[in-house]
Amino acid sequence: MIDDPLLKVLPFAVLLMPLAGFVVLALFGDWIRRDKEETGAGILACVTVLVSFGLAAWTTVRLYGLVAGPSRLRFSQPYLGFEWMEAGGFRVPFSLLVDPLSCVMMLVVTGVGALIHVYSLGYMAHDEERVPYFSYLNLFTFFMLLLVLGGNLPLMFVGWEGVGLCSYLLIGFWYRKQSASAAGLKAFVVNRVGDVGLILGMAFMFHALGTLDLVDIADNAGSLAPEALGELGPATIACLLLFLGATGKSAQIPLHVWLPDAMEGPTPVSALIHAATMVTAGVYMVARLGPLYHVSETAMTTVAVVGAATALMAATIALVQTDIKRVLAYSTVSQLGYMFLACGVGAFGVGIFHLYTHAFFKALLFLGSGSVIHALSGEQDLRRMGGLWRRIPWTFGTFVVGALAIAGIPPLAGFFSKDEILLAAIGRPVLFGLGLFTALLTSFYMARLVFLAFFGSFRGGREAEHHVHESPWVMLFPLVLLAIGSAVAGFVRIPRVVAPVLRLEEHGVHHVAWLPVVATLTAVAGILVAYYLYQAVPGLRARLAPALRPALRLFEAKYHWDDVYDGFVRRVVVGGSEKVLWTRFDAGLIDGAVNGIGALTAALARTLRPVQTGLVRHYALLVLAGAVALLGWVFWS
Amino acid sequence: MDAALFYFFAAVAVVAAVVVVSQRNPIYSAFALVVTLCSLAAIFGLLGSPFIAAVQVIVYAGAIMVLFLFVLMLLNVRREVDRPGGRDRILAGVGLALVTLLVLQAGTVLLGSRRAPAADFDASTTEMAKILFSPVFLYAFEATAILILAALVGAVVLAKKEL
Amino acid sequence: MDHASFVNHAVLLSLILFSIGTLGVFLRRNAITVLMCVELMLNGVNLAFVAFSRQWGTLDGQVLVFFVMVVAAAEASVGLAIIIALHRHKDTLDLDAFDLMKG
Repeated sequence: MIDDPLLKVLPFAVLLMPLAGFVVLALFGDWIRRDKEETGAGILACVTVLVSFGLAAWTTVRLYGLVAGPSRLRFSQPYLGFEWMEAGGFRVPFSLLVDPLSCVMMLVVTGVGALIHVYSLGYMAHDEERVPYFSYLNLFTFFMLLLVLGGNLPLMFVGWEGVGLCSYLLIGFWYRKQSASAAGLKAFVVNRVGDVGLILGMAFMFHALGTLDLVDIADNAGSLAPEALGELGPATIACLLLFLGATGKSAQIPLHVWLPDAMEGPTPVSALIHAATMVTAGVYMVARLGPLYHVSETAMTTVAVVGAATALMAATIALVQTDIKRVLAYSTVSQLGYMFLACGVGAFGVGIFHLYTHAFFKALLFLGSGSVIHALSGEQDLRRMGGLWRRIPWTFGTFVVGALAIAGIPPLAGFFSKDEILLAAIGRPVLFGLGLFTALLTSFYMARLVFLAFFGSFRGGREAEHHVHESPWVMLFPLVLLAIGSAVAGFVRIPRVVAPVLRLEEHGVHHVAWLPVVATLTAVAGILVAYYLYQAVPGLRARLAPALRPALRLFEAKYHWDDVYDGFVRRVVVGGSEKVLWTRFDAGLIDGAVNGIGALTAALARTLRPVQTGLVRHYALLVLAGAVALLGWVFWS
Repeated sequence: MDAALFYFFAAVAVVAAVVVVSQRNPIYSAFALVVTLCSLAAIFGLLGSPFIAAVQVIVYAGAIMVLFLFVLMLLNVRREVDRPGGRDRILAGVGLALVTLLVLQAGTVLLGSRRAPAADFDASTTEMAKILFSPVFLYAFEATAILILAALVGAVVLAKKEL
Repeated sequence: MDHASFVNHAVLLSLILFSIGTLGVFLRRNAITVLMCVELMLNGVNLAFVAFSRQWGTLDGQVLVFFVMVVAAAEASVGLAIIIALHRHKDTLDLDAFDLMKG
């Protein structure tokens, strides 16, 4: 551990900047509106995140600048000075953890976050309520930073819940729209289901290891006995429960259903929360607890299988989406699946690597789609776009960079991270095959998106065609920066950077020579197929459609997940509550018991009343009886 | 000699008491009660308490019973309304049982002592006066005077037709 | 007086008188008769007191009998006054007729 005073203070400053922004905007919102200073408010929000980014960079530089101890692990644990909870052996201090992994996350969150704040200045320029919007964005940044900087699981959980809250607020930002507020609620509730697993997992974790401190967990996990496949040891149970929480936050099967609906929120929100940062929290948590997951073979396999399955399923659904943001949403779910796949096969560092590259190009793609939507004055349907490459060249150019990156074309960032994932999975042929096939689908649906949106003839009508205009520079500037990032980010060897944190051996990467070639060819193949179907041969789609009907119908129905959940909620939860819990228990049992006591008392009284005859003689008899009884008691005791 | 007198008066008292309880006409009950009271006075005398015997005759038989008779005459009470009721019989049965129990319990206690009566027993008026006006009972004695006054006022108020 | 060997029997007599009085109290329906039975009970008690006073040789029993008589007088007068009032109200002395407190 590094003991440096600056490293003990800087991280708190990083945290507090966006929080301060939120507080200011929340407290003075009314004055700002009254004085028409909304733009200033937005700039304030951007500034806080930019300063935070600067401080984060400073922290990282300092962490690497100082000489590390004997172990290659360099970290610092800034401590606020007091405990949050303390009960017996259970101790939760207000302490953070600054190490390479949290630095990577911190930089991504503040960096990409800052760009998105700037972009929002342009995108939300006409919105009446941009002050709350910026305050929520700042608050989100604070919570996300708390999540990645938290030194123990409970603090991480505070950040976890906090970003969930902000997600709800931001998805349902246009609350007057019924579908938006419903989507916000759905996101929060589904997340909550996952959080049950998270809380139980924390409890099991404490039971198994006796600590919730991240450094201690990583240190002690190595001393646990490995648990074989199918064995339900404490580590397995804890990891599986925590993974349930991760599926909720990171939209994996079975709790993925909220992410596509979350596209109801403003596009910058989708970029920040549902592409670059919040949804990656699950991956971060799994990677953080990597040493513990390593102990449990069941947990690892579960993570890998769920990740691969989700990646494939989401990719197939993305094939048939007609809304530009929905394609990207399912693409996010799919890419998150890749990250979990990497973690599941033991390459936690690679998972983080993909998280990092994905932040760049996914944010770029979302912001780019926002630019397209802005150009078309709100149109999001791909069927009403087309031929835009000439009209909005900057948007088009950056978007294509992002698309190529996600498809995995070298030397863009996505190629490197995806290649590493496939390399890690090479020992498991089924998972590898799934990963490769999904890569094909990925490049196919991204190319489809590009062709439909930017090429061909404009299908949106005369009126809309007149208004097509390029976005203002305040929106284009972040796009350009992100495009540059998507291009060069892959050259940073993230896995090596975070390996010590994850207690992983930097095993000699056994290069499989043919893999990069195969991967690239797969990506190119996907693009070519899309080109043929959507550009070159117009009638081909119509001819192929009937054969693929059943599959397409399944994809369009999103594999019926929403229908199942809806049926379950409606029939079991609501129906059960109404028909059983309400009528039988609440009204019948509890009300019955309470009323019954009253009725019982009345009945008892009615039975006893005849004793009061009103006749003195009878009362005299009773007095005599009492006297005799008393006498007898005295007499015989 | 005293014993024989005692048993005689005891018998009279019991018979008269039964008459008190059983007679339909309350006037007869009243007279029977007077007889009981007088027999009891005699027994008091036999037990060496002349003062009490005298007070019994003067106060009880002479004043209280006269009051009873006055009221009886005033209200012109004749026979009691005869209302046979199963309830009355149950009542009688229960009451009889209870009284029996009472008698048994009390009797065992009261009659248990084998002590012989005291030898020198002086309960003459002089001695009674000495003890009644002694500091032990003086206060209670005066209090009873107040009590009688209160009873007097109360009776008058209660029995008036209009206040 | 010399040995009053019948003292014990006097107590027995008092018990008998008391129980007869008790029976009368709740068997008779005429209010005045009931009062008279109460007087009978009181007399039984008086007899017991006198007998025990004789046995133990103290005068406390006699004093108590005196007071009992005084109180009985007061009680009888007030009770009769109440009965007069009741008679005026309902024109009967049947105790069973006064059941306003029923139920």
